[in-house]
Amino acid sequence: MEINIQKKVLEANETQADINRQFFKKHNTFVLNMMSSPGSGKTETLCRTLGKLMPGIRVGVIVGDICTTNDADRLEVTGARVTQINTDKFGGDCHLAANLILDSAQRLGCGDLDLLIVENIGNLVCPAEFDIGEDARVVVLSVTEGEDKPLKYPLMFRVADVAILNKIDLLPYLDFDAGLAVDNMKKVHPRLPVFEISAKTEEGFEPWLEWLKINVFEKTGTGL
Amino acid sequence: MHEMGIAQELVKIAIDSIPDDIENPKVEILNLKIGKLASVVEHSLTFCFEIIAKDTPLEDARLDIDFVPVTVHCKSCNNGWELTGPVFKCPFCEDGDVEMLTGREIEITSLELAD
Ligand SMILES: [Zn+2]
Repeated sequence: MEINIQKKVLEANETQADINRQFFKKHNTFVLNMMSSPGSGKTETLCRTLGKLMPGIRVGVIVGDICTTNDADRLEVTGARVTQINTDKFGGDCHLAANLILDSAQRLGCGDLDLLIVENIGNLVCPAEFDIGEDARVVVLSVTEGEDKPLKYPLMFRVADVAILNKIDLLPYLDFDAGLAVDNMKKVHPRLPVFEISAKTEEGFEPWLEWLKINVFEKTGTGL
Repeated sequence: MHEMGIAQELVKIAIDSIPDDIENPKVEILNLKIGKLASVVEHSLTFCFEIIAKDTPLEDARLDIDFVPVTVHCKSCNNGWELTGPVFKCPFCEDGDVEMLTGREIEITSLELAD
């Protein structure tokens, strides 16, 4: 006997993501899902970004990267409210699911936050599959990785709304073709905005901050 | 490895779909639809499914996966085509806004019970 089902397997996560979206909408909080492979300099980028935004923009951070217990401390120095998710105890360690995000956001007290940044687990596969109720997704790639990564992980670069190419201060010392890397991103996602930056020297930071601020103010309804 | 989470959902949804009046149900086949761009590795999923399905009506059930090709549509020039690689650039107008129509599915279509 065949029983017809026709159901999305990740429906429970999608339903939860919609609940999260309602919650964030109620609080006028812009939610950014930050994804990357390990070693892309995502935490450094986040630290510098917070340093530039705080205290004018009130930022909270959910850290999901399990291998870096020092990260939360580094981020807290900027004055942002930080909470850490240890995914281990939930039986998975490759992505953050929507249910973990709402719990953490409530723990942070979202009520007076303009921006909530979720530092997702460092890999380019699993987080792409899980909607967490975010407003935008950013993927961070660094020049110490391969130029062909966007072609190897197309879903991640498809679902991203914006990309960062980090560590451009190292370009003179590396055999890395930044133009090719950006081309590959645009092959996968033709209209993807790409910010070429160095979190270390803050080169190229202005356009990235500008993009973020515009999006935050659009959601919070406050002026520049 | 998020295939473990997917396997858990598979088993949960399948068990919920079996009518209550069937005594000792035994699932032989679980039919799935998985898009070629979905982040699911077949052997990881099979491996996880075997672990999760143990001691449930799905123990020893086989996963029959129908892989869905990636099809896209260019909103600028209205052409549609099937993608064979990761390049989403429109070959007709070069600049188009290309949307994905299929290829991200992770769905259960049906299950087949033993008589
Ligand atoms: Zn076109």
